[in-house]
Amino acid sequence: MNNYLKKTDIYGKIWIWTAALVVIMVPVAVCVAYNAWPPITAVLKGLLGVAPMFWTVGVIEVITYTPMLGTGGTYLAFVTGNLTSIKAPAALNAMENLGVKADSEEGEVVSTIAIATSSIVTTLIILLGVCLLAVISPILNSPALQPAFDNILPALFGGLGVVYISKNWKLSIAPLVFMIVLFLLVPSLAGSVGVLVPVGIIITLAAGRFMYKKGWL
Amino acid sequence: MNFNVNSSFLYIIAVCVIIFVLAQSVFFLVRAYRRGKEIGMSPAKLRKTIFSTSIFTIAPAISILLGVVTLSKFLGIPLPWIRMSVIGALTYELPAAESAASALGVSMSETITDPAVYTTVAWVMTIGIIPSIILPPILMKKIKGGMLKVKSKDAKWGDIFMTSLFLGMISAFLGVVFAHVREGLAGFIPLFVLLVSAAIMGICGLLIKKFNLKWLETYALSISMVGALVFAVLITPVIVG
Repeated sequence: MNNYLKKTDIYGKIWIWTAALVVIMVPVAVCVAYNAWPPITAVLKGLLGVAPMFWTVGVIEVITYTPMLGTGGTYLAFVTGNLTSIKAPAALNAMENLGVKADSEEGEVVSTIAIATSSIVTTLIILLGVCLLAVISPILNSPALQPAFDNILPALFGGLGVVYISKNWKLSIAPLVFMIVLFLLVPSLAGSVGVLVPVGIIITLAAGRFMYKKGWL
Repeated sequence: MNFNVNSSFLYIIAVCVIIFVLAQSVFFLVRAYRRGKEIGMSPAKLRKTIFSTSIFTIAPAISILLGVVTLSKFLGIPLPWIRMSVIGALTYELPAAESAASALGVSMSETITDPAVYTTVAWVMTIGIIPSIILPPILMKKIKGGMLKVKSKDAKWGDIFMTSLFLGMISAFLGVVFAHVREGLAGFIPLFVLLVSAAIMGICGLLIKKFNLKWLETYALSISMVGALVFAVLITPVIVG
């Protein structure tokens, strides 16, 4: 590991642990300020509804996205969130545009720049939106625009997908066919798409290994 | 202190968190940009990356803003603002708030007036996303080491391995648009939107290649995404009626 990556790892760890503290201090500060500690049973009951699913997704996301986003990109993306809808596509698109590999130092730099930029832009847009909420709230809630917000992911992954699939079409066949058949047969899985990302990866890897050994790739 | 979901105290907390997130982003942006120049990457290309990512981020960021607006009726502005700016995601925050609300038997259509209800929701939303922030520093070394091992053993397989990660993720998000097609024509809308986005990207790719329109590379993903979103707005009323 070169010096830059070593330092990125150290700085990243400092930032992310500080972020964890900041995140936890938010509810602590509210509880102290209003002297309103929540009933433990209510918190546990509320967590029961989301924690099993989201903790699983959290573990899966860390394992799957870390190699794609690089050291700096990972530490930043997991603090700023919105991984699948902004950060990962932004990093992938930027690396693809510059023709750099994710596991190279150039890839590390480009991925970090893309994730940092999208974090700053997202934060500023939300800030602007919060300041202008009275004006923009009716526009954002208008039924005419609802279909756009409902279709952000298909609109994003259609464009991104065509780039990757056209370049790696042999490798794409198995996971695509599997996912299409799976969602046609079990539509209720749509809510758990995050959990299916590693399944897609395992299928792609298995098919890739087979084709590689056969000399088809 | 009297409790109010939009109190100045909560806004101050939100602003502090936002400053922290911005500071971390700027810190990493500056370091990566400098390093890029050091290793001989063209500053113009690095700036192009910043510009194209900024343009691309606008549409999804507005959809996140919609999440803040949606949750603000129940939680006020500061808490959803914090949650959407740190770790959070639209797909998580809403179910987390719903789960906490149902555990307490309160309705999400009314603004919270009881601070204990508010703190319960805040804790559920916070603890629910904690693994995403504590696991990266714990697992980073192992994951990176594993990747290095794969690559050093066989460089070509290492490349295929990396591409497989991307394709595995993309295939899951492409496949999910088929989830509702059995519900009739309206269920095809996400699939149509995806195809339109793919088609626009394909056209952009052709234009870039045939006419050497290098500048279009910067905007291709944004154009295909916004084009597909406009299509969604136009086609949905026609299909749903």
